Amino acid sequence: MNTLTRRLAAFPLVLLGVSSLVFMAIRLVPGDAITAMLGTEAGLLTPAQKQALAAYFGLDRPWIVQYGRWLWALLHGDLGISVTYGKPVLGVILARFPLTLELAVLSLLIALAIGVPAGVYAATRAEKGADLAVRVGAMIGQSTPSFVFGLLLIYLLSAGFGVLPAMGTFAPLWLDPLANLGQMILPALTLGAAFAASLTRIARSAMLDVLSEDYVRTARARGVPARQVIWRHALPNALIPVVTLSGIEFGYLLGGAVIVEQIYALPGLGRMVLDAILQRDYALVQGTVLFIAFNFMVVNLLVDLAYFWLDPRIRGRG
Amino acid sequence: MTRHLNGLSSLALAALLVAPALAPAQAATLKMAWSQDATGLDPQKQTAFSSIRLLELIYEPLVRLDAKLNVVPAIAKSWEFSADGLSLTFHLDPKAAFSDGAPVTSADVKASFQRLLDEKTGAAARSNYTSIAAIDTPDAQTVVFRLNQPDVPILAALAGVNAAVLPAAAIADGSVGTKAIGSGPFMLASWDPNAREVLTANPHWAGGKTGVDEIDISVLPDETGILAALRAGQIDLALLNDPLVATLVPKEQGLTLVRTPSISYNVLQLNPARKPMTELKVRQAISCAIDRKAVLDTAALGEGQVTGPITVPAYATDPAKLFCYTPDLAKAKALMKDAGYPDGFSATVIAATGEPATSEAEAQVMQAELKQIGIKLDIKMMELNVYVDAWLKGDFDMAVALNGGRPDPYTTYNRYFTKTGNLLKVSNYTDDTLDGLLNAARVTTDPAKRKDLFAQFETHLAEVSPWIWLFTPYTYVAERANVQGFVPTPTGSLYGLSAVTLK
Repeated sequence: MNTLTRRLAAFPLVLLGVSSLVFMAIRLVPGDAITAMLGTEAGLLTPAQKQALAAYFGLDRPWIVQYGRWLWALLHGDLGISVTYGKPVLGVILARFPLTLELAVLSLLIALAIGVPAGVYAATRAEKGADLAVRVGAMIGQSTPSFVFGLLLIYLLSAGFGVLPAMGTFAPLWLDPLANLGQMILPALTLGAAFAASLTRIARSAMLDVLSEDYVRTARARGVPARQVIWRHALPNALIPVVTLSGIEFGYLLGGAVIVEQIYALPGLGRMVLDAILQRDYALVQGTVLFIAFNFMVVNLLVDLAYFWLDPRIRGRG
Repeated sequence: MTRHLNGLSSLALAALLVAPALAPAQAATLKMAWSQDATGLDPQKQTAFSSIRLLELIYEPLVRLDAKLNVVPAIAKSWEFSADGLSLTFHLDPKAAFSDGAPVTSADVKASFQRLLDEKTGAAARSNYTSIAAIDTPDAQTVVFRLNQPDVPILAALAGVNAAVLPAAAIADGSVGTKAIGSGPFMLASWDPNAREVLTANPHWAGGKTGVDEIDISVLPDETGILAALRAGQIDLALLNDPLVATLVPKEQGLTLVRTPSISYNVLQLNPARKPMTELKVRQAISCAIDRKAVLDTAALGEGQVTGPITVPAYATDPAKLFCYTPDLAKAKALMKDAGYPDGFSATVIAATGEPATSEAEAQVMQAELKQIGIKLDIKMMELNVYVDAWLKGDFDMAVALNGGRPDPYTTYNRYFTKTGNLLKVSNYTDDTLDGLLNAARVTTDPAKRKDLFAQFETHLAEVSPWIWLFTPYTYVAERANVQGFVPTPTGSLYGLSAVTLK
């Protein structure tokens, strides 16, 4: 568990690095909360008015002071106030997070359900027609941008069948599970399809490697049934790259899927952080990026723990 | 075909997808969508159209504009200027009340304007009302604005939500901007920024009963998605910005597109502080080389009208009479030669991505047109805020812009082209004629004389060509057949929603 403690110890350092990077980056971009709110009308402000608004948005102090104050508040668990929402940042994030988490989990499930069997199937029929078909399918899935796939789905459903998931009025899972799934299924499919395509390719190549190992040949020679060789002996050993990729993709998805949320008008983290950047809601951008970084680190940690569980050799080295 | 092939599974999918629509119907709710949400709730401070659209339904100014841009009563039933033009008196509607039931009194009006004029409030619109020197309230229903100079355009400038009347109590306790209490037709029941807002009818509204009990607005950031939602019947009425999407609406059965010529204008702003745009002949050559109709037709599918500087129909001059509105390449080339640039020059034009939706296409068409007289344009697309930052600093050779128009041309252009204009740093151009004509229009009450002054102003402005005015866009409202009685206005106001009914 040495690794685990080392990982945990690195958490605050990484977060500190992320926090200072995002703090600077968002301020280096021209424009601020005042121009975001007023647009070109900001030019009509008198110097006294500008001063008043800068004080209101907390822009009237030097960067270093702003950063110090923000960091100090952060240490006390306070991420600041969002100027767009007029509410504490953490509350705004936590209100949007369940949707993002649900979407990420659904997409992961869809991807695993399609990607792993497809990859294994292709590997067992390497270089045959079925393999080729799976590989072409995966290639198409991987190279179709989500906005193309998403808009196509919407168009087909609304123009062809006159139905569409309810847009805009989002139904949380715990209030109305049926409506919620109705709304989430298409976005999850859109995200899951591309994700499944990458998983298929990884699973296929990992399986091919494992299937050429000596122990697989031995098992086959001893007359173990083909099905058992594949699912019991080979697959668990081919899972490490699959878990790695799933972890990375899942980590990304927890940061919100900007394009898919945009197309399906889902109020998730991705759209929120995009809007926050456009509106120069500094506190909200900083808080959300930090939150996303934290999630990513937790997912990475879980992936590492999964290695221990999947592969006794790693456990031994740990 | 697929319909039958896949009957059962699509039925199951359909059941899953339309489930929410089967919930018990509520009392008349108008379901709306737009792609950009309000950025805040303080009516005096918000200047973005997306905010103003929402706030106009909640707050009321003293007067408002009708569909023909006439000033008509709102909180004030009547008004008059004094003979010397130095005082403007409003008589309030005794029925006017805020959504909490409190009557709107002259004290509320006074407190509201004191807040608007206080620099600490940070209201950009303040610059339109700086001629107000004092506010008298002889009784609860009468307000007198004492002006420090005659200011005829102030009346039309008061007809906007930036001049909304707020409850004096809300100003005192600092809750303006967090709790939206106004005297308009609707009240804000909930607001989830960039996602959704719900408005309910204001039972105390002086205008009586609204046509619908509730307006449920979804923010659908992708306008293609809005079209899909209209098609599927999830939305009754939507605002659209992109002509590419809007022009698809009439092709759909059961959907109607309401097009309204706007008073804002698409323009190519030249920067006369930068060489060689410092030269009158160079600017004129650009004006002669640009085929405004071609820009409109190619970049915006012809969705709009070619315009001169003045966009308000009551004051506008026929664009055909303005300098070089008929493209003249030979003249453009001759002017370039006279100016000492027979081989042209290179310049950069900035434009904001998606603001307006046609900005990049406009820049590309003009790039091709100006190439004919040797001007090599480099197009630089920028995120809106980055663009605004550069624009405010006057840091550009040329800029494609969509600028807001005001009901009074004085208010539209005073900021750019008078000697005291606060955006002179952006326009970098004024002269005695422009300054003199605008200031004369400010103090002149006779509408015929004003029209003449603005005609002279417009003719001169087009001739000195600091900017190349292109076209006014349309504002679009798409509605389903069940929506009845929506009246749009050239300012884009959605106040007409108060009279909308559902079939």
